[in-house]
Amino acid sequence: MKNPLKNSALGITLISILLGLFVGALILLFIGYNPIEAYSVMLNGIFGSVRYLSWTIIYATPIILTGLSVAFAFKTGLFNIGAEGQYIVGALTAALVGYYVPMPTLLHIPFVLICSITAGSLWGSIAGYLKARFGVNEVISTIMLNWIALYLNNFFVLNEKIKRPGSEATNKILDSAKIIFFDVWKKSPDGQAFRKAHPFFNDIFRTPANAGFLIAILAAVLVLLILNKTTLGYSLKAVGFNKDAAEFGGINIKSSMISSMAIAGGLSGLAGAVQVTGFTREASALAAMEGYGFEGISVALIGANNPIGCVLAGLFYGALKYGGSKIQPRIGAPYEIISIIMGTIVLFIAMPKLIRMMKITKKKEAE
Amino acid sequence: MLLESIAFLLGTTLMYATPLIYTSLGGTISENSGVVNIGLEGIMFMGAFIGAAIGYYTHSGWIGFLAAGVVGGLFGLLHAVACISFTADQVVSGIAINFLGPGFALLLSRLMFDGAAMTLPLPLDEKISRPLNGLFPQNSFFDVILNRYSTVYLAFFLVLVVWFVLYKTKLGLRIRSVGEHPEAAATLGIDVYKIRYMSVIASGVFAGFGGAAVSVAIVSQFRITLISGQGFIALAAMIFGKWKPQGAMWACLLFGFAQAIVVFMPRTGIEVSSQLLSMLPYILTLILLVVFVGKSVAPSADGKIYEKN
Repeated sequence: MKNPLKNSALGITLISILLGLFVGALILLFIGYNPIEAYSVMLNGIFGSVRYLSWTIIYATPIILTGLSVAFAFKTGLFNIGAEGQYIVGALTAALVGYYVPMPTLLHIPFVLICSITAGSLWGSIAGYLKARFGVNEVISTIMLNWIALYLNNFFVLNEKIKRPGSEATNKILDSAKIIFFDVWKKSPDGQAFRKAHPFFNDIFRTPANAGFLIAILAAVLVLLILNKTTLGYSLKAVGFNKDAAEFGGINIKSSMISSMAIAGGLSGLAGAVQVTGFTREASALAAMEGYGFEGISVALIGANNPIGCVLAGLFYGALKYGGSKIQPRIGAPYEIISIIMGTIVLFIAMPKLIRMMKITKKKEAE
Repeated sequence: MLLESIAFLLGTTLMYATPLIYTSLGGTISENSGVVNIGLEGIMFMGAFIGAAIGYYTHSGWIGFLAAGVVGGLFGLLHAVACISFTADQVVSGIAINFLGPGFALLLSRLMFDGAAMTLPLPLDEKISRPLNGLFPQNSFFDVILNRYSTVYLAFFLVLVVWFVLYKTKLGLRIRSVGEHPEAAATLGIDVYKIRYMSVIASGVFAGFGGAAVSVAIVSQFRITLISGQGFIALAAMIFGKWKPQGAMWACLLFGFAQAIVVFMPRTGIEVSSQLLSMLPYILTLILLVVFVGKSVAPSADGKIYEKN
């Protein structure tokens, strides 16, 4: 009898996740913390209330989008380490357009999103162009572009004319550009009264619950459609599958590379826009990378480069990040255990051979 | 005034290039044997922490430096096990290392330094020594350039060693043959796995040194933003240096020079945004990659999975 789960990518992913959590538990035990207590604090911190769930989704939203970005590029044979930089330019663009270009809400939100997508897209296509035209490895060029984006962001944010006095951030975006649910109404007397009467909604309104998650799901569906139902998607996948065969088949590889990176960049730019318009409402000076790009890489890997997989993996990672943020204040275990768990999961996903071997030994033992 | 500026620029170049040289030598060894290691960044991060932490507790920058090499080697071993024995995708395994290195470093830092994400600073006399101190009159031209921490001279010496090993010894020939054509090397009786294991572990040791070269020489403690991308820059330097130790060294020096200009400009009184200036090393790399490298010349089996039959 063949169990389809056992040898599939999904099976390997699930086993990797379990192994990652197991290694995390061992390390917690080794450094003197009770892993059961730590994991139950985390679980309670994720599912304990509607407010926690809302936060989990807010944490997951940007990394679902950067995950989609990395996954899209992967499908076409490119490794987009540049999601981080594309995210930064997207977020910066959103903060600037959201404050300096007043518009009615119905126009402002789409305008901000489109501007950020364009900015991220341009940033991504630089790497695509350098690869197509000059053969520059996209791994290296996107890493450089990440740092250039970081300093570009700081250059704008710290500019005397742009920065909000007394801060190291831009001015908060206008209400019309926010995608936070009922952000103005929920603070009004009407809203307050409603919240008092409905504790469930009050719980949600205490967080910046926003439309970002819906946008991310929409983006996942769009990516799925592009990859599976369009000529563009077909030719991009063909290039990713076998470059030479694709070229022989009449597909222009160079333009494919550029459009693939442009779309991937657009998705990461959108991640930045969603984070700014839905949560931070500003772009701030960065001392180091925030990590959304690298987290996106893990999301793409855990999600097996499948758009729906990315949504689920992003939720998982978001939950781990938000739930994990509670173990330090509650039981004192270092927050970095989360990075170790993620790293271990990614490492196991990289080694399907090991997991298959473990299954074979198990079978032998059973016999 | 001009001489002083030149001396300052050259001296600062040496200082900033050193950690990159260690790490890019590591990358050079590993990739010549056919294993891509983008985990160098994470290993360097770990090395910086281990160097500073062990240095602090043993009161010796050198012990810290060596310990960083050992722990770096362990991370190299992890990458080797994943990539060589379990045929992992090398880039993905490298990404995992980049999570694990900083993860473990910060976790240990919080345990060893009372919850802080930084170590306590080493006293000046416990840092890596400056052997040429006092040889030249203080702040003279040669003093500013050459009076450096021992790690600086060691880095250049190791460039020579790695070059010699790779191109003048049997072992080097084996490393390169395994990176060019593992199947052919195997038919000649070379143990591909063994050579690759050694090379990847060595790359970890070097990246560990690179991290410690920052934390116990250039500065005297580990901080969370200390490495920020230097491992990746070293990787770029290796590619720009065409996978050769001497090439990587020149590329690192160029980076160091760009970084020296960033530090130097404010002293000249010329008004340039420090943020824009900070982009210089990265923009320079992109331009150089476009102008000089073109189609890559990596070892032909670089990054490809090899499985014994």
